[in-house]
This record gives sequence, structure tokens and C-alpha cells, in this order.
Amino acid sequence: MTEELDAGMLATEIAEHPDALSAPYGGGELGRGRRRKEDAKLVTGQTNWTDNITLPGLLHMAVLRSPMAHARIVSVDVSAALEMPGVIAAYSGADLAAEDGALPCAWPVTPDMVHPDHKPLAVDEVRHVGDGVAVVIARDRYTAADALEAISVEYDQLPAVVDMEAALAEGSPLVHSDKGTNKCFTWPFAAGDDYEATRAKADVVVTRRFRQQRVLPTAMEPRGVVVAPIAAADEYTVYSATQIPHILRVMLALVTGIGEHKIRVIAPDVGGGFGSKLNVYAEEVLALVVARKLGRPIKWTESRSEGYQATIHGRDQIQDIEVSATKDGKLLGLKVELLADMGAYLQLVTPGVPILGAFMFPSIYKMDSYTFSCTGVFTTKTPTDAYRGAGRPEATYAIERIMDELAAELGMDPLELRRRNWIKHEEFPFDSICGLTYDSGNYEAATAKAEQMFDMTALRREQAERRERKDPIQLGIGISTFTEMCGLAPSRVLGSLSYGAGGWEAAQIRMLPTGKVEVVSGATPHGQGHHTSWSQIVADALGVPFEDVEVITGDTDSSPKGMDTYGSRSLVVGGVAIHKATGKVIEKARRIAAHLLEAAEGDVEFHGGTFSVKGSPEAKLSIQEIALATFAAHNLPDGMEPTLDSDYVYDPENFSFPHGTHLCAVEIDTETGFTKIRKYVCVDDIGKIINPVIVEGQVHGGLAQGIAQALYEEAIYDAEGNLTTGTMVDYLIPSAADLPHFDTGRTETPATSNPLGVKGVGEAGTIASTPAVVNAVVDALRPFGINDIDMPASPERVWRLLHPGGQRREASGTVAYGGVSTSTTSGGAA
Amino acid sequence: MIPAQFDYVAPTSVADAVAALSEAGEDAKVLAGGQSLIPVLRLRLSYPSVLVDLRRVSELRGVREDGNELVIGAMTRHADVITDPLVRQYAALVAEAAGTVADPAVRHRGTFGGALAHADPAGDLAAVALALDAQLVAEGPGGRRSIAAADFFVDYLQTALSPDEVLVEVRLPKLEGQWGVHYEKFNRTAQAWAIVGVAAAVRQENGSIVDARVGLTNMSSTPVRASAVEAALRGTSADGRSIAAAAEHAAEGTNAPSDLAGASDYREHLARILTRRAVSAAAGV
Amino acid sequence: MTRVSMKVDGVVYEDDVEPRRLLTHHLRDGLGRVGTPIGCDTSNCGACTVLIGGESVKSCSVLAVQADGEEITTIQGLSDGDWHPVQKAFQQHHGLQCGYCTPGMILATVDLLKNNPSPTEEEVRHGLEGNLCRCTGYQNIVKAVLSAAAEMRGEQPHPGSFRDADDKTGVSA
Repeated sequence: MTEELDAGMLATEIAEHPDALSAPYGGGELGRGRRRKEDAKLVTGQTNWTDNITLPGLLHMAVLRSPMAHARIVSVDVSAALEMPGVIAAYSGADLAAEDGALPCAWPVTPDMVHPDHKPLAVDEVRHVGDGVAVVIARDRYTAADALEAISVEYDQLPAVVDMEAALAEGSPLVHSDKGTNKCFTWPFAAGDDYEATRAKADVVVTRRFRQQRVLPTAMEPRGVVVAPIAAADEYTVYSATQIPHILRVMLALVTGIGEHKIRVIAPDVGGGFGSKLNVYAEEVLALVVARKLGRPIKWTESRSEGYQATIHGRDQIQDIEVSATKDGKLLGLKVELLADMGAYLQLVTPGVPILGAFMFPSIYKMDSYTFSCTGVFTTKTPTDAYRGAGRPEATYAIERIMDELAAELGMDPLELRRRNWIKHEEFPFDSICGLTYDSGNYEAATAKAEQMFDMTALRREQAERRERKDPIQLGIGISTFTEMCGLAPSRVLGSLSYGAGGWEAAQIRMLPTGKVEVVSGATPHGQGHHTSWSQIVADALGVPFEDVEVITGDTDSSPKGMDTYGSRSLVVGGVAIHKATGKVIEKARRIAAHLLEAAEGDVEFHGGTFSVKGSPEAKLSIQEIALATFAAHNLPDGMEPTLDSDYVYDPENFSFPHGTHLCAVEIDTETGFTKIRKYVCVDDIGKIINPVIVEGQVHGGLAQGIAQALYEEAIYDAEGNLTTGTMVDYLIPSAADLPHFDTGRTETPATSNPLGVKGVGEAGTIASTPAVVNAVVDALRPFGINDIDMPASPERVWRLLHPGGQRREASGTVAYGGVSTSTTSGGAA
Repeated sequence: MIPAQFDYVAPTSVADAVAALSEAGEDAKVLAGGQSLIPVLRLRLSYPSVLVDLRRVSELRGVREDGNELVIGAMTRHADVITDPLVRQYAALVAEAAGTVADPAVRHRGTFGGALAHADPAGDLAAVALALDAQLVAEGPGGRRSIAAADFFVDYLQTALSPDEVLVEVRLPKLEGQWGVHYEKFNRTAQAWAIVGVAAAVRQENGSIVDARVGLTNMSSTPVRASAVEAALRGTSADGRSIAAAAEHAAEGTNAPSDLAGASDYREHLARILTRRAVSAAAGV
Repeated sequence: MTRVSMKVDGVVYEDDVEPRRLLTHHLRDGLGRVGTPIGCDTSNCGACTVLIGGESVKSCSVLAVQADGEEITTIQGLSDGDWHPVQKAFQQHHGLQCGYCTPGMILATVDLLKNNPSPTEEEVRHGLEGNLCRCTGYQNIVKAVLSAAAEMRGEQPHPGSFRDADDKTGVSA
């Protein structure tokens, strides 16, 4: 799509929403495409990645990892390693067992959840390839790597547990033999009418089994940690490539017994996370424990292939989904049964990920009945945990895929089916069947705009022509209309879900004497551009120059309170906290202005950074002048504290619900099975925006990751529990050459649950794009009698569906779905 | 990850390189561009005692003509092969295939000879060398010998080179005149190894194919020649139907692996499809 | 240990290194040139891309001994004072988010534009296929490269470029 059209779309949008560019206080910064403050260091190589940190006397840690999926540790002998020149120490799991605690899981989703002990280093048994067995500490990383090979470990191999269904079967080998089961939990949920009764009224029932393949998050910066101890004082500074310095601090204290007040955690520049750095990892604990033992600074840096075994994986669910509807396409009921692969242990929020998804299967649709259950399963694989979207992409995939299948079953246009069932814009606020209150949305507007950008009519015509002439290149069109719950979250809601922490975020505004402003935020960025967006919020509210604002994040000394960055929460919670903190500054400054201008407080107006007296425009003071006056404190109202600084801790009152419509056209080479994205259009409604440049970037990146799950990426384990896609050679991350140009648009329906009207954008692209692409692939293949494909839709998978038993299927020439039936249809290649 | 320790020598002549290899014994490895070897060392999949780096052996670099042959020095980098005017004139198939190897940065370091001596059946250049009846010239303690490409690739990552031999140059018969060429590579992402690749060269006279060379990438533990396709092409008219019929023989005599990138039956299918496409493109059909 | 001498970002360094030492570790740990990050161990990701003799290479797949006598440019030496047009374009077009791939992406771009000053979008996408980014979806990187190319040719930025550093219309203006 041409740039000119994009520009036109945006121009239209701005004309339609002039308020998008106005600010609550009229500062004019909101909605402005500021270039990022972060970039100067990043484009010149002056970044402070964790592995860049070097300290006097720094030692390097390396972790010996299990080559087996499951084995009893008979013995670990580190003596030969200790004899090597330059090796300072080496420890087995048993050596550290009394000190290294157990890694936390903060989300016990049910009271009876099986929660196995998770030692940072395995002591008796290893339970996945990559499970840590021993560490060495050496003077440099080369020596440490060599020393690992000098450690001898004797294993007594146990059977791997790779398949979730087999793991639940009677007699399966157990991942944790002391627990007596591979089942972690079953979490049921039901809402609305009785499901079976509703189903009995249906004309059509469609069932499918979808697989959410396991994926590797692959933030470009591998993980790393540096611990600097002051041993004599039992004080520690922990630098970690983490998304969650604040949570990490609490957890490190709890795990190691070191006083929380004696631990400072710094997240330096962090190179991406996508959920993979939303955790408390073994190496963080080990580096701290070893630094404490040795009184020397310790560094550990992950290699990529090591990370593929030791950093959490994403997705990995089997989704059995059933939808029932009337013959004219009214949804009646939805039933979802999930199996969710926990991997070998529970990491920070492992069991909670599928539960977050539970509320999103009904998505934007109205229905009478919804029933859900999820069973978490242990396997001898790397633990799963939050990966961009965390539960919501999985749910959105399942509902959007089965909506297309239902449309096919009904012989109905898939967009029309969605229209008949989605919540209409005049129905907001709307209580979803799950009990969530969707505060705002306009699915009609986003869809209409997407259709226009996509040119659906022309593409459908071309599709029909290609089908007609049996062109080897077939065209498919996929739709995904989605919503998500962002801005995690109201603390009381999290509490009701047994999550271990709150959902608030902290902000502080510090007015410096020279009029510059420091903003402290508990939301910790790793690529999202917080420093730029937060500066805009503050500059807008206070009427100070954008350049005069400095944002401070990621250090528990300078930013002591926070809940960090995940779940598209930074702007919706942290940004709102900052906005509210500016309000407190303004209100106090107004009192000082009134005092200095000798006016009644009610007569003092604030606009564009200046306080003035109603009716006397010459009587005015800028907020920066007031900052200086407050610093001098020569003439403040009686009893007033001489500070303009303010703190605000914001606990959101609701989730936010971004939504959008994504349309994808693919070309499938039916000879090779290769899928090429021909056109991708998305219209996202993320409410009000702070910075359109950053928003656009978030959408692009999200799309890339969602498309990657649809077409390229899959972490594959063999029957022995080996990760066969263990390097970037075999795990296919798409490059610029593999991804299309994206045509993006926006509609803007402000959130009503927060004063900025914002909803969050970090995960939207990832959530929406995967089903859009796979729906397009299936649409292209439907004339061949194909109505599902596993992800990733690799060329070989497409080819196999087109060539069952080696014989090529013939297309029926027209779309192969029949009319209404009362039968239950299930997926696969018919 | 970090390689294990090894010794290192960087001789300045082939003779010295051969001497170094002879002295080091079987655990020595030759370092050309290192683009395959260094990742292998980093993953500690190999523990050579000595690396014999050929970077200072200037006689191994460059392209020249020798009568009816084009001679490519083993240490000539892919980036130089791709842009070399002689290669483009007489061995355009080599230039085209080299342009699909990995990515630009790898092509700045990786060498033509190194890729062939590595003998990965998924590598793009081995099938080309085989299709073009290249002669690979090796030097060892006993002097130089020429090895036909058909004899050079012995098995997966194994060549006819003995541990004390250095691949010196590759001699290719010049293809001129009515030859058309094409390398058709199929992979899932742009920088990935080929699932299957087809190197095709066809010579036409009066609308008929009079000679054809077809080599297949990743269809066996070595590159393979699609001899049945070549035979079927010779003497047929250069039209889509004839080429398609000939391409149906593409999987004959292959022993395609089944791995993460594709099962053998899929590879056999791809070989037929890609052969049709490669030959059609080479023939301008 | 092997003696190596190399000029890095304009400064000549002589060091004794283990033959197995990767150039990228030599730059980072030996010379303190930490602007070049490491993203993988199989030469796939391109984060560690530097220029040797002006050509892009992945410094994690080069031994320091192989760089003996070479002239190396890292992201820290690409510009002296004013940013290189490619650096400017990456900021201007939001061609980076976390920034971890950025040094490699920028240096790969410098090499690409040296060989092809007027690339098409398709040529840019293929020219950067050895550099992986997980944040941007590449669209703004491609835009930045096309814009930098135009600027380096002395032309007006192409129509997709941002015109003002703080324009209000965002990416697609």
C-alpha cells in the first residue's frame, strides 16, 4: 500500500477526531509524533546493556545444564573444574541447596494447585534439557566455559514426559514423582445459561481442536545479570536484563532471605522482553547467592542457544473449542477446554497465563452461555510463561478461527457473521458474559475502515477468478476482529484471581529549581519508549518544554515503587499515574501562584504552563517560576511544605479493552505450499494516543510476532524431550525479507475508565494477527476441502493437506462448505 | 557460546599450509572464511587441535581464465564471486547461486572453496559445482591432484580431501553461447538453508534443448545430479510441457533426508516442482 | 597467545589474544568497545555486525586473529560528531525500539547503501535479511534505509519520510 494512502487515512482520522490532538490541559503534546529521547544512545552504541557492565574484580559465572530431559542426579563432581587455573569456585545444586531457596510462582490459580519445588540448581533430579546442575565461577567467560566441561555428572535417566495428553493418562511417568500426578490444576469457569441446554437449542455446532504451538520469545538481548556485593554490609546491587526490577527485588529478598532493603535492583538498558524477562530466574538467584558467598561481583550472560533452553517459552496449549449457533448465525454457546503445558516447573506466572485467556474467548461477541476449563500439565520441557499477549492471543486465535469455521458451515460471509454477533457501539458500556465491563468500543467503525483500506471487493473478485481458473497460486482472505483486556489491572480483581501482587503503578514528579522536571516511573521500559511518552504527558500537563522533562526508571533506589512493564499496562496504569501526579503538582502550584499573585485561588487559571489571574492577564507566573519560588521558599503560604514534588500511586478501576479489525490476504503456491502475505491491513482502536510514531511501531512489531507464530516459529521437542529447534538456525525468526508491508489505520474510541482515555497497544498486533493469517490460509485452501491447519502453516503442512497420501486434491471450484446442518463438524482435512 | 582452545597458524603459502596440516594430524582443521566453522566451534560441536588459517595465502584468491576453463581460487569470497565479471560471463550459475548463500555479511567472509570443502548437502554451491562438472584441485604433501566434483562429495560433511590436503582452486568448463542458467532455492525464511535447491543449465539450439545440467541441493547426504532429468531434456523442445515431463524424473536416484526442514517425500515433490521451474527459467520459458 | 594489531574506530590496538577469542569478545571485553552487542551463537541475528575494511561482517563469527591488520568500524566509530545519515534516519523514522539490533542494522545498512545507493524496498528487505529485529516488524527500518539512501544521494527524502522532527501526523505522513 502506498504511503500516500496512509497519509490520507491519517489526515481523515485527525479531521474526524480533532480532540486527538488536544490535551487535557491544552499543552498540545498529546498525539504528537515526537522522535524518541531514547534513540541517541541506541543509534550511537552508547547503550548500557547488562553485559556491558564491568566492575573491579568481576568474576564470570557459567551454568552447567542437563543434556537430558529427565534424570536422577547420581553424582556431581566439580573437583576437576576447581583445579583449573582461573577457576574461583564451582558448586553443585546440593552445595547451594541451603542458600538458594526456591524460585517463586506468584499465581497459585487454585487452592489445590500442585506447586513443585523449583530449585535454582537441581539437586536430586533434572526435569528438562537445560535444567541447571552446577555453576562455575571463573576469572573470565572463556575459562568459565572451559570449566563447565571439567564437571562430571552422573545421571540415571528417567523417562521423558513430552506430550500433555499422554502425561495425564493413567500410568504416565511423572515429572515430579513426589506429587503423584502430572496435573498441576484444573480451573473451571462458567457463565450465562446452562451450556448443554443452550447447545440443545442450536442448529449448528462446530468443534475444533487447535494447537497453540510452543514458541521461543527471543528478545534480541539475551538475559544477563551482574551482582555487586558489599559483603561486609550484606548489601547487594543486582543489575539484570529484566522487565521487572521492582518485583525482582521483592522476590530475591523472599527467596534468599536477604533483607529487601539491602537489595537494589537496576534494570539497565534492556533489549526487549516480550514477557521473557517478566520472571525471577535461577541465574538471578544464583549470581546473588554466589556473590554473597564469595564477596566478589559476579556476571552471568546467557548465550542464545542456552537461552532457548533456560528462558521461558510461550504458548503451548491444546484448545478444544465448540461453538453453537442458530442457522441465521446467532451465537448461542461457547465451550472451551484447554490443556496448558506448564513445562517442568512453575515460573513466576506460568499457571496464570491460560487463566488470563479464559476471559477473552467470548471476545467481542454476545452469547447466552460460556463454559471453560483449563488443566495445567507438567512435562519435561522448559517452563512456559507469559509471552506477548499471554493467554489472550491463544484465546483470540481460537475464537476467531472458529468464527470463520462457523461462517463456512453456515455459508455466511465471515464478516457478516461477526456483525450479527458483536456488541454494537451503542451498547457500551457492556458487561461481557465473563463479567468484564467493556467500557467503550466501536467495532463497526474499525471494521468499516479496515474493509475500505483492504479493498475487500476487489480481492474477493480476484480470489473467485483464481479459483475459477484453478490457478496454482490461490488467494485467501482472513479476518480477525478482536478485543483484549489490558492495563493489568485493578488490584482487587487480581486478588480475586489469586495473583500474588497488585496492579497499581507509582509515579513521582519532581520540580527542580531551574524549572526542569524529573519524572520517576515504576513502569520499566525495554524498548517501548516510555521516556519519550512520559515526557509528552508531563510536558502537556505542566506546559513545560518536552526537552525539560527527564524520565527516571528501572532502579529501585531512584524509582523505589513500581509494578513494572508487562500486559500493555505501562501507559494505561503508569502513564495515568504520571498524569494524576501532574495534577497534584498543578493544584499545589496554583495555591502558591495565588499567594504570590495576591489573588483568590479560584481566580487563578492555568494554561500553557502559566498561571494567570482571571481578568488581569498581566498578573501571571509560569510553573517553572513557581518551582524556583518554592525552592527558595521565601514566600510560601503559611504552613506549606516547601516542595512542589508529588507522588501518585494509581490503581486502575477497570481493565482497558483495545480492539480492532485485521484483514489479511495470502497467496498460497499450491505446488510448494508456500504462503506469502499479499496484503495486511489493520485498524486498531487503542483509544487516545500519546505518540502516533511509537504506537505505529508497537503495532508493526506486534504484527511481526503474531505472523511469525502463524507461519514460521515452532519450538519442537523430540520424543526424548530434546529441543530440536535449539538454535536460530532451526528456530525461524522472520527477517525483513520474510515480512510484508503493513497498512495500519486507527479509529479512536477513548477509554472511559481513565482520564487519558488510553487503552494500551503493546500486544494488540500480536493478538490479532495470528488468526488473521491462519484464517487467510484456510480460506485459500477451503475449496480443496481443507478446513484447518496447524501452526505454523509451513509450506510442508500446506502441501500435506493438499496432497493426502501423496495425491493432489482437486478444488471443487467453488467454496466447499455446504449449507446449514444440524450435525457436528470437526476439524482437519475433510 | 565460546569455542574450546586450539592452536592457530596462518601460513602464507599453500605449501606451508599443507606442511602445517601434515604436522598437526587429523585433529587439524582448515579455516577459510569460517562462516560455518566458527559457529560449529562456538557450539563446541568440534574440537580441533589446530586451525590452519588460509587468509594469508594470497595465491588462493581470485578468478582467472585458463583456456576453456574458468578457475576460481578456493579462498575467493562469495561477495567477490558474485560480482566477478569472468564468473558472470562464464559461470553465471555460480554467481547466481552464491548470491543466495546466507546473507550479505556472511558472503563477505565465506569463501567458494570453503563452502565446497564443508560439503554440507544443504549448501547451495556444491550442487552447482556438481552440475557444472567442476574439477576441484587439491594440494597435499604429494603434490596437486584434480578431483571431479562427482567424486569430491563423499557423504554428509565429508569430501575426498585427505586431512593434509588443501583445496586450492575450482576449475569450471566455461559455459558460453546458448547456455541459460538458473538456481532455484526454496527455503522458509530468507537466510535459512535450502530445503531443496535446483541448479540448472541448459543449452538450446533452434528451440530445442541440446544439453542440460541439473544439480540438486539437499536431496541426499551429498549434492546429487539429476541425471534422469538431464537425459529427458536432451533433444526435447524447449517448451513448458516437455520441461515439466522431464522434471518429473527429478527425484530419481536421490535419497532425500527427513529432518526439521522437511520430510523426504516433500523434498522429492519439491525437487520435481523446483526442477521444472529452474529449467524453465534457464531456458527462458 | 597470538599477537594481533587492528585499527578500531580510528585507534590502533595491539594485543596478545587466544586464537579462539571471537572478534566480538575482543572488541567488547578486550578493547571496551561495548557498542557492539551479541545476539546469537550461530551467525543468524546480525546484532554484532561491524565493518571490516568497510564491509559488513558478523563479528561473532570472526576470530580476533582473523582481523589482524584490519581496519574495523563499530557503531561507536561510525560518526564523529554529527551522526551518519543512516543513524539520523533510524531515529527520524522510528527504525528502532529496544535498540539491541540497531548497531548491526545500521552498519549493515551502511554497507548495503555503499553497494547499492538506490535500492528498492525489496532490495532493502533482502539486503538486511541477515539482521534480525524482534521489535519493529522491520517496516520503519526499511523506511529509514530508503530515506537515508535518498539523503545520501542528495535528494529529497522519499514521500514516506517524516518531514518534521515533531510532526503531528505520525509515521505515515
